[in-house]
Amino acid sequence: MSVRLALDIGLALLVFAVAARTIFARGAFEAVVDYVAYGLLLSIVWIRLFAVDVALTEDAIGGGVTGVLLIGAAARLRSAETVAAEETPSGSLRVFAACLCLLVTAVLAGVVLLLPDPGPTLAPQAAEHLAETGLGNPVTAVLIAYRAVDTMLEKVVLVLAVVGVWSLAPDRFWGGAPGEARAARPEPTLAFLAQVLPPLGILVGIHVFWAGANEPGGAFQGGAILAAMWLILMMARLTEAPPVGALWLRLALVAGPAVFLAFGVAGFVMASGFFSYPPGFAKPLILFIEAFMLLTIAVTLPMLVAGPPRREPRP
Amino acid sequence: MAGMILFTVAVGLIRVLSGPGDVDRLMAAQLLGTGGIAALLLVAAATGVRGVEDVALGLALLAAFASTAFVTSAAPADTPDPNPADDR
Amino acid sequence: MSFALDVFSIVANGAGVFFFVAGIVGLLRFPDALTRLHALTKADNLGLGLVVLGLLTRAGSLLGALKLIAIWALVQLAGATAAQLIGRAVRRKGPAV
Repeated sequence: MSVRLALDIGLALLVFAVAARTIFARGAFEAVVDYVAYGLLLSIVWIRLFAVDVALTEDAIGGGVTGVLLIGAAARLRSAETVAAEETPSGSLRVFAACLCLLVTAVLAGVVLLLPDPGPTLAPQAAEHLAETGLGNPVTAVLIAYRAVDTMLEKVVLVLAVVGVWSLAPDRFWGGAPGEARAARPEPTLAFLAQVLPPLGILVGIHVFWAGANEPGGAFQGGAILAAMWLILMMARLTEAPPVGALWLRLALVAGPAVFLAFGVAGFVMASGFFSYPPGFAKPLILFIEAFMLLTIAVTLPMLVAGPPRREPRP
Repeated sequence: MAGMILFTVAVGLIRVLSGPGDVDRLMAAQLLGTGGIAALLLVAAATGVRGVEDVALGLALLAAFASTAFVTSAAPADTPDPNPADDR
Repeated sequence: MSFALDVFSIVANGAGVFFFVAGIVGLLRFPDALTRLHALTKADNLGLGLVVLGLLTRAGSLLGALKLIAIWALVQLAGATAAQLIGRAVRRKGPAV
């Protein structure tokens, strides 16, 4: 058995073990930490599968943003947890759920293992036309050039999610700010971290975004890193979340999909149809659109984590 | 070599995730940060994947971010410190 | 020359793994939360540093090598601060945790 095979099997077993721990965790907090560990292991799996962009996204979103989102939710639910513990689902319901999960797993495994080797794929065509887009990273080309409509719609979904989260606020708080107010004397250790990390993080975030054209990276991963930096500042209470009624916030949220859509429609005029780019101008346009998407993602994710407004708007 | 790190991280993880109390979970985030990055770098070097340094950078930042979140949620700063004389 | 570099790389990586194992053993065997924290942050960070050192010789470019060093510095910084924060949390919640 080669070393690599042993490594892969070990990794797979570890993923299973952590997943099992997540399912059987005793409380919400534990389950979230287990889930973040699971995400990290998955990102190593993605690396093994040579999907570096996905690994980056898994780390940034699964490990970082979603993890923090879930932690916040677990903290808010802590008071309700004792009540919920008395309402555990019945045994038969659990068995049914387990069987359903096993069935889905078996079907997926069967489909993947029964695929012809090599599996049907559009990768060769994607790689062929890469030169026309001016990009070096096929993943970015798929996201912004070949399947641009999907990506734009994803960003719209993100904006809708923010609207959904904001709508959870009681009426009198509408327009106010979520999260906690800025602290007069923030805890020193936390403040230190929040002052040192963000400059570096912003640099890394923008680098990851810019590098996405030719190497693994892109707007989503870069935006997630930028979002994490802003969230650190908010967690250290060095700054507070902006009020949801602020105009600049709302403009930033819609800038990404709006610019994307504008260029898509402009494709009718500039090039051969909806969401096509004029030849030769593709790369600059793509980077321009991605810059706005970066802004939107960096603003949307923290707003999702911050939650609904909790204070009245200041006049 | 990468396998050894993975193995030790695994064992550490199991211990940390099974231990009593919330504090062990906080340490899980820390462990994932250092061990995970080391494992990531070694696995990538061993299998010849390119562009992994950025992932490791991002992971380092995100691990710090997640650790901060775990700590602030488990022990919120508003809790009065039982030893106020120690704080300056 | 490249053979010497390879040997150095293997030695450094091996030392790094050794420190990781030591750290995890400490994590498993130390009696209470604070000592476990100590084992975790000190030994594991050193292990990572050695691994980075070992991989530096294999880095594809100067930028890659700089990134590796930046990763280690970042983890050191974040790890030290997180250890402080966790220590404070342990103190708040009591040593019985």
